[in-house]
Amino acid sequence: MNTPVFTVSEMSYTYPDGLLGLQEIDFTVMPGENVVILGVNGSGKSTLLKLLDGLYFPSAGKINAFGEPLTERRLQDDEYAFAFRRRVGFLFQDPDVQLFSPTVWQEVAFSPLQMGLPKKEVEERANEALSALAIEKLRDRVPYQLSEGEKKKVALASLLALDPEVWLLDEPTANLDPRTQDWVIEFLLSLTDKGKTLIVAIHELEVAEVIAGQAYILGEDHRLAAQGRPKEILRDEELLLRANLLHRHRHFHAELEHRHPHRH
Amino acid sequence: MHRKNFVAKTLTGLTEAVKRAVFAEHYARLPGLLQGLDPRGKILTFLALLIATAVTHRPEVLLGIYLLTIVLALASRIPLVFFTKRVWLFIPLFTGAIALPAIFNFITPGRPVFTLVTLAAPINWGPFHFPGEITITEQGLRGAAIFILRVAASVSLSVLLILTTEWARLLRALSALHFPRVGILILGMTYRYIFLFIKVAEEMFLARRSRIVGRTSTREQQRWVSARLGFMLNKSYNLSNEVYLAMLSRGWNGQARFLDDFHFRWKDAAWVVFTFAFLFLIVFFTWIYK
Repeated sequence: MNTPVFTVSEMSYTYPDGLLGLQEIDFTVMPGENVVILGVNGSGKSTLLKLLDGLYFPSAGKINAFGEPLTERRLQDDEYAFAFRRRVGFLFQDPDVQLFSPTVWQEVAFSPLQMGLPKKEVEERANEALSALAIEKLRDRVPYQLSEGEKKKVALASLLALDPEVWLLDEPTANLDPRTQDWVIEFLLSLTDKGKTLIVAIHELEVAEVIAGQAYILGEDHRLAAQGRPKEILRDEELLLRANLLHRHRHFHAELEHRHPHRH
Repeated sequence: MHRKNFVAKTLTGLTEAVKRAVFAEHYARLPGLLQGLDPRGKILTFLALLIATAVTHRPEVLLGIYLLTIVLALASRIPLVFFTKRVWLFIPLFTGAIALPAIFNFITPGRPVFTLVTLAAPINWGPFHFPGEITITEQGLRGAAIFILRVAASVSLSVLLILTTEWARLLRALSALHFPRVGILILGMTYRYIFLFIKVAEEMFLARRSRIVGRTSTREQQRWVSARLGFMLNKSYNLSNEVYLAMLSRGWNGQARFLDDFHFRWKDAAWVVFTFAFLFLIVFFTWIYK
């Protein structure tokens, strides 16, 4: 039987300033699964992804990654950290956070270089990633000269250069024009075709429906409110209203008042 | 004409800073003489020229190095007006202010060239002594000229190096020359995020301007600016935390690695030989005409 990519057991997280981030979260992600984590802003989606990427560590409970405990102590060992980072990639919500290198080329080459790959392989991987996303022309550009869509593509290319098995994506379609949004969705679908595991934090229900095989809903109380097949979960209006992902909309057709749940 | 308040002036300043940086990058990409050279050789030769500028006491040598920077700027397609403006804009303000007192006899005694004031009697004022005649001295003029020429030549060399080398390549070259890598990484990130913060600051100023009709008091503007400075500090702190996490996530382990793709060609060798021949001639003639 396949080893789960992540097993999260009774995990809670409290921020250093004492604010509650997540409460008693339990779930398992199997290889090749596409999971969307839905929730309103502040429900803990990004925090959950950072915990799965070993950037934050649980205050209670535990996370297993590829069958082994994911702990701060283990990640201090370079060999383990490199092995884990090669298997798990993380797309940050704000591309400006992720693009910290002086040029696009250096950004895309950063991970393979840090992992100690030979110079030739670093160059090959970076070139292939730029060409796969058709952004070779941006190679020598500096981040402040890029549009939001281009920044997102460069951020994705910087992950593609490592070709991780697991992609953690925080709001990958946020702040993009419709055409780039569609492009990102197509890109994510191409990853699922290659058998990659996707864990996507998102609050756009329409996008979630297209890419997800499993949907988790984080409530405003920072607990997992529901999990299951997206078709079932996304039809449960009461659940979505409770999680604040839908709101009751009231408008008039001539004299007739009309009320219905509404999504943005 | 409507007088700009200091908030509006800051906004203009921020926009200008970005424009200047973008312009500078544009020059670094032109197909000129210095742009086509390996940045490692360029850094080493410019460093040698800077050292020569710092140690020489001959105005002719300083003038020679300054003229060389002008010739190099022209050969590198840098417009002369733009280049000289960049160098000379601040020299009268800063260097001039320091050099000016040195031309008078109460700072640099020597052979008088021009008498300014004749006092009734010498004045002793605390540690200062003013002779009976305040004059401009030959030694003072020479000292001030050497100082200004030295600053002009040094600034010209530095500006020329920066204008003809893309920032990212300059940093990679420093790494190839074994400068401390973490320092280079921090420099690179500072330069990269300055633009982000300039953009945020510009948007904050624009958002304020769009909501304000008429003039506001200087005190109110100062209060607003200080509040925004606090906000920016907080934002930069949060961003630095997030950037660090993004680096960790992509394999950062405290050791910076760089990939250089530099090629030292015959023209780089020719440039190095030319620079060191130039420096040798300077040393030779300085020795001959002591």
